Amino acid sequence: MTTQRVLRLAINGQPVEVPSPPERILLDLLREDLNLTGTKRGCDLGTCGCCTVLLDGRPTLSCLTLATLAEGRAITTIEGISSGTELHPVQKAFVECGATQCGFCTPGFVLSAVALLRDHPRASRGEVVDAISGNLCRCTGYTKIVEAILAARPGGPG
Amino acid sequence: MATPRQPELRLLGGAIPYIEGPLKVSGRAEYTDDMKRPGMLVGKLLRAPWPHARLVRVDATKARAMPGVFAVLTGERYPTPFGVLPITKDETAIAVDRSRYIGDIVAAVAAQDELTAERALAAVEIDVEPLPEYSDPRVGRERVDVPIHEKGLNHSNIQKEVVQHFGDVDAAFRAATATVRVRASFAGVTHAFTEPQCTIAEATPDGRLTVWSSTQVPHYLHRALSEVLGLPMHRIRVVKPEVGGGFGGKSDPLPHEIACAALALETGRPVKILFDRDEVFYTNHGRHPTYNDVRIAADAEGNLLGYDIEAVIEGGAWSSFGTVTTYYNGVMAMGPYLLPSFRYKGQRVFTNRPPSGAMRAHGGTNIRYSVEVGLDELAEKLQLDPFDLRSRNALPPNSTTINEFRVTSTSFLKCLEAVRERSGWADKWRRLPYGQGVGLGCGFYISGSNSPIHFTPKMPQCTVHLKADMDGGITVHCMQADIGQGSNTLLAAIVAEVVGVSLDRIHVSPVDSDVTPVDIGSYSSRVTFMMGNAARKAAEGLRDRLVEATHQLTGYPREAIRVGVERFEVEHRPDIGATYMEALHQAIQTTGALQSTGAYTSPPVGGTFKGARAGTAPAYSFAAYVAQVSVDDETGVYDVEKVWAAFDCGRPLNRLAVEGQIHGSIHMGLGQFMGESMDYRGTRLMNPSLLDYKIIMPHQMPEVECLLVGADDPEGPFGAKEAGEGPLVATLPAVANALYDAIGVRFYDLPVTPDRVIKGLDRRRTDSRLWKGH
Repeated sequence: MTTQRVLRLAINGQPVEVPSPPERILLDLLREDLNLTGTKRGCDLGTCGCCTVLLDGRPTLSCLTLATLAEGRAITTIEGISSGTELHPVQKAFVECGATQCGFCTPGFVLSAVALLRDHPRASRGEVVDAISGNLCRCTGYTKIVEAILAARPGGPG
Repeated sequence: MATPRQPELRLLGGAIPYIEGPLKVSGRAEYTDDMKRPGMLVGKLLRAPWPHARLVRVDATKARAMPGVFAVLTGERYPTPFGVLPITKDETAIAVDRSRYIGDIVAAVAAQDELTAERALAAVEIDVEPLPEYSDPRVGRERVDVPIHEKGLNHSNIQKEVVQHFGDVDAAFRAATATVRVRASFAGVTHAFTEPQCTIAEATPDGRLTVWSSTQVPHYLHRALSEVLGLPMHRIRVVKPEVGGGFGGKSDPLPHEIACAALALETGRPVKILFDRDEVFYTNHGRHPTYNDVRIAADAEGNLLGYDIEAVIEGGAWSSFGTVTTYYNGVMAMGPYLLPSFRYKGQRVFTNRPPSGAMRAHGGTNIRYSVEVGLDELAEKLQLDPFDLRSRNALPPNSTTINEFRVTSTSFLKCLEAVRERSGWADKWRRLPYGQGVGLGCGFYISGSNSPIHFTPKMPQCTVHLKADMDGGITVHCMQADIGQGSNTLLAAIVAEVVGVSLDRIHVSPVDSDVTPVDIGSYSSRVTFMMGNAARKAAEGLRDRLVEATHQLTGYPREAIRVGVERFEVEHRPDIGATYMEALHQAIQTTGALQSTGAYTSPPVGGTFKGARAGTAPAYSFAAYVAQVSVDDETGVYDVEKVWAAFDCGRPLNRLAVEGQIHGSIHMGLGQFMGESMDYRGTRLMNPSLLDYKIIMPHQMPEVECLLVGADDPEGPFGAKEAGEGPLVATLPAVANALYDAIGVRFYDLPVTPDRVIKGLDRRRTDSRLWKGH
């Protein structure tokens, strides 16, 4: 048997204790142990960005992160972005602009965008493109995703 | 009953955000891998490391004896062959006697966890005898010692050969003033959807089997499961959760889906199979690697006289949709021009590489590239503007092509006009400085394959059921598969439009074969046209019941009652009428919940010769794109700066979705042009990962201007046609022709990577016959 130890994590503002082997990957812990299935598994290799979460506010690939390295740090998943059933402005913009099609990559894009706009509320188009360059989308050609993020800036797209 | 007058469209034609959008952006949309069933086991597949081998001994005894292993299946358990086309069933759930490519499934395990499953796979003992391997479709077209499939033409590896001749091509070429010839090669490309395939299957003691799967075509999966597993269809329930992209790659019934169900039957426990990303690549079913040879003849004025086309396409290990693909690689050359003669010889050849199949703009992309590049060359020879050459030959509305396609609506000329003006063609073409250029590419595509794949039993291609109960909601049941293209939203919007209610009253039922009537799935760009018409009919039936109820409540004649917003009212007396709820509650008094059905069956079109059905459709979309590029001739790196996309999808019903389809199509077309490639060393795929298989990144994506200029189609729902695949085909030749305008080099081998640009420039500098600049 692999040794288990209790990980103490803070996920979406809630303290969580999870017994876990030391090699547990954060993505597996979120999806399998905690049923936080909004974080998507697209490749398991850090190449697609579908599993993006925020670690202390920074976009991080949860498929390449050992859960134990997230101890003592704030983890934000897509489930922590909306407040109850009220969508975050970035999420609203994604819906209204048609920035989600199949939706599988969408949680990762939303988290990358939320982190960008928190630090750079008036991010330029170029900064938006840079910020999402770790997320792959096969449906939208990114066009409406960029539009949505620009529209979600405080003060709007202008 | 007289049909009440439809008021101005209220929802359709605008920008309608996806109804499930809020669930997708919040991570609440449920994909197959997000589901768990009690007691669920992990299914894993053993994949062949050999290109082509006879399976002499497959012994799972040791694997089965391992603790935590519930079942190990090998090929002989369910050997019945299946395939998406009834005429070419040559796949099995698990390889029987022979494996045919690196990645072929040779055993399946269900175990308590992933690690145990992996260990069990490693314990399966297999002795093989290697067989000759084939990695090039151009060889293996003669008699071979060991054909990949027994049914190969004359003991060769040719899966399908098509020969067609309309008009007199030889006479056309004798009479021609100008001819061009394009010989091109195309690397294979794959769908690269973000959601890896996932299937959950559960067999229960009541004798039923439920399969949840990431599929575009639940109905064909339903049929294949029944055939291979020997269970009647009514004891199988197929459910489609949200699907994270398909683009054709989830339209065949796939072996792992059947293997997963077999494991569930074997163990009595729910089993989930989730692909690793490399398994997605090995499963492929992407665009066929292609070699084509296109000759075009024209007279001095630029009237097209004929095409003479040959194509060799690589099928990989299975037939899949390949018979259709073989036809499409010829007939998709046909539009958007009127052509007096046409000859085509196409061969699809098996190799020991991952199977090719249907991918967005299936069968049309590569041939349209060669034709459209050829037309650019032809225009230059005849000293014509590329626009003038194309408009001179445009297929008129309500015409028949030489191979008997019935063409009704076409706004191709409007597409040409709009894109010529908006792109500033007159000031740019041959006028931009060296290194910058513009190019034109055009296309057409089927708005739904006119023929269903299965003809038994005789039934419509789509059926929609509506239920309106006392709560005021309307539930829509239909097996159409929303895979991100927005068909759920369109279904809801059509019903809301016709019945005159707000969109939030409409609930689109999840796809579930126990509940939703058959639609034959998301492929061939058929959904808007076929589902849209079926939904409209179903909604009109419901509306008529509510008009009848309003007549009963008001005493005014049915003919005088019109649909308002959440209200039915008397024409010229809008103060008299009934609210939707009043009319509904009147209508259900004796029957209870209202039900209504609508269905769509395509019209009888096309010729009667062999293969005449391939490429027939109830309508066609048309496209004219201009791309603008800039090239760095030191490095060969180029930017596609902007694409003006004029597209005729009839009336666009949801502008947000149509624009999204155009953007996504351009993304995928550019990817194939600029860098996507299934790279092989012999039979071994070298880049089965999203790191090494390079799709277009955000900074490479050009600005796109969509010009939706289509006129209403006479048979499309509210005048609409497809916008899912047609928007792809014009992209590649537009960029190729723009590169020629920029640097004077033609590219005949895709993808056009920077090193190929440099080689092209070297060729141009050393060959005095080639282009010397503006």
